[in-house]
Amino acid sequence: MTRLPSITERLARNTYHLDDDENHIEVNQEIARRTGTGKLLVRICPAQVYGEAPDGTISVNYAACLECGTCNAMAAPGALMWHYPRGGFGIAYREG
Amino acid sequence: MSTDVDFDVIVIGAGIAGMVCAHQLARAGHEVVLIERGQEPGTKNLSGGVLYCRVLEAVFPGFVERAPVERRITRNVLSFLNDTSHLNVDYWDSRLAEPVNAVTVLRAKLDPWMAAECEQAGVMVMPGVRVDALLREGDQVVGVRAGDDELRAHVVVAADGVNSFIAQEAGVRPKEPIKHLAVGVKSVIALPRTTIEDRFRVSGDEGVAYAFVGDCTQSIAGGGFLYTNLDSVSLGVVLRLDDLEAKGLSSADVHDRFLAHPAVEPLIRGGELLEYGCHLTIEDGPAMVAHDLTRPGLVIIGDAAGFTLNTGLTIRGMDLAAASGMAAATAITAALKAGDFSDDGLSGYRAELDRSFVGADLKTYAKAPAFLENPRMYSEYGQLLAEVFHGIYAHDLTPRKHLVPTAMAAVKASRLTLSHLMRDGWAAARAL
Repeated sequence: MTRLPSITERLARNTYHLDDDENHIEVNQEIARRTGTGKLLVRICPAQVYGEAPDGTISVNYAACLECGTCNAMAAPGALMWHYPRGGFGIAYREG
Repeated sequence: MSTDVDFDVIVIGAGIAGMVCAHQLARAGHEVVLIERGQEPGTKNLSGGVLYCRVLEAVFPGFVERAPVERRITRNVLSFLNDTSHLNVDYWDSRLAEPVNAVTVLRAKLDPWMAAECEQAGVMVMPGVRVDALLREGDQVVGVRAGDDELRAHVVVAADGVNSFIAQEAGVRPKEPIKHLAVGVKSVIALPRTTIEDRFRVSGDEGVAYAFVGDCTQSIAGGGFLYTNLDSVSLGVVLRLDDLEAKGLSSADVHDRFLAHPAVEPLIRGGELLEYGCHLTIEDGPAMVAHDLTRPGLVIIGDAAGFTLNTGLTIRGMDLAAASGMAAATAITAALKAGDFSDDGLSGYRAELDRSFVGADLKTYAKAPAFLENPRMYSEYGQLLAEVFHGIYAHDLTPRKHLVPTAMAAVKASRLTLSHLMRDGWAAARAL
């Protein structure tokens, strides 16, 4: 392995069943900003689901979620609504 | 109490714990449904990859021969990794293959096999369904709700993993302190079988498991791992969440830097990335398991209950999951026979655990997590070892010294003191 592909390229090789109708992650922008959870999420998520816009707004690319729950464990109370995708949707590991 | 049930037992989650429990219950003649949110069992499951498999022989006779496991681990390497050096303890022993002690697994391959075994035993496997909530009558758990559907049973088993929303909903587990948790970030990299055999000095279906400490995590508490599969390797880092927060680093960057480390990169050179994944894991199992394990009509097993042990050298979860599933099945069978699904009726679960290696090992390693909190483990000790060996092997034309003064000079040059060494050595002896 000479060079790892970018996270986006890496995730593109994974299998996902995307749920177009339901987003399973929601950020409370005000609490995320006030508590610093926003910046923390951007850094700790291995799938880089979270991004920060120049104005500090946290974006969520829920389609990339690997469903580990790290964000949910680390977010300040009220800053994040996170649950598993609906049955059958989301990441489908082929190796695991 | 209502006896109008759809099944005797509902098991939530087709991981090792849930499948072992469901299998044993069905084999004892009970009506069991196993509900799994993934489209197929295994699609949501990810483990580092080493399964201490002896316990599974009791559930699935001939497990190692019949199950789609990868390699039999006969070589264990503990690697103290520094920025530009490493020191390895390399232990190979043919006795580890006879009987087989540990195997590497890829869960997306193993779990569908185990689910098929469950079906053969009479379990109704129901994939693609997410359980949203428990059904209750007063204090008693009487079933589950999934979307608009309700299913009722005498006993519900929560085997829904480390994030267990069910255990939280039942009020058994509060939000876990983040120092009890760690995130594992892992890549599976394809390599030809012959390359794996040559590069890792293994033959046939034998394999090697590396545990790395030190620079692999850029001094975040945790470690690195590398396991050989049949024609791929699984490798990555495990980062304790409180220290990941404190150190200000990105989990993906730490993973990438580990794979690029000069001691690691040659091991995966030329390989092709098959899959990148992550999973939350438990750093302090003994502390987590201290909570209740049952509620009336509800039993909590596997990761959902906190059954994981990190002893510094071995990281165990799947074997404890299996044993907890077996203990729960025994206790639930007794409860079904007695028709008593109260806390009292299910108390056989804790008793069964305490009788098994699970209860004993959780006690033995109760102090290990506290020992592994010591920050010196993740920085100074690897450096110190490298200094000692540098003093031995680097002949710079100065007069040689005996081993003890060489080691003393290395300690003196480090940020460690003799009192650190004695204190940590004593703590290690007591904890590990």
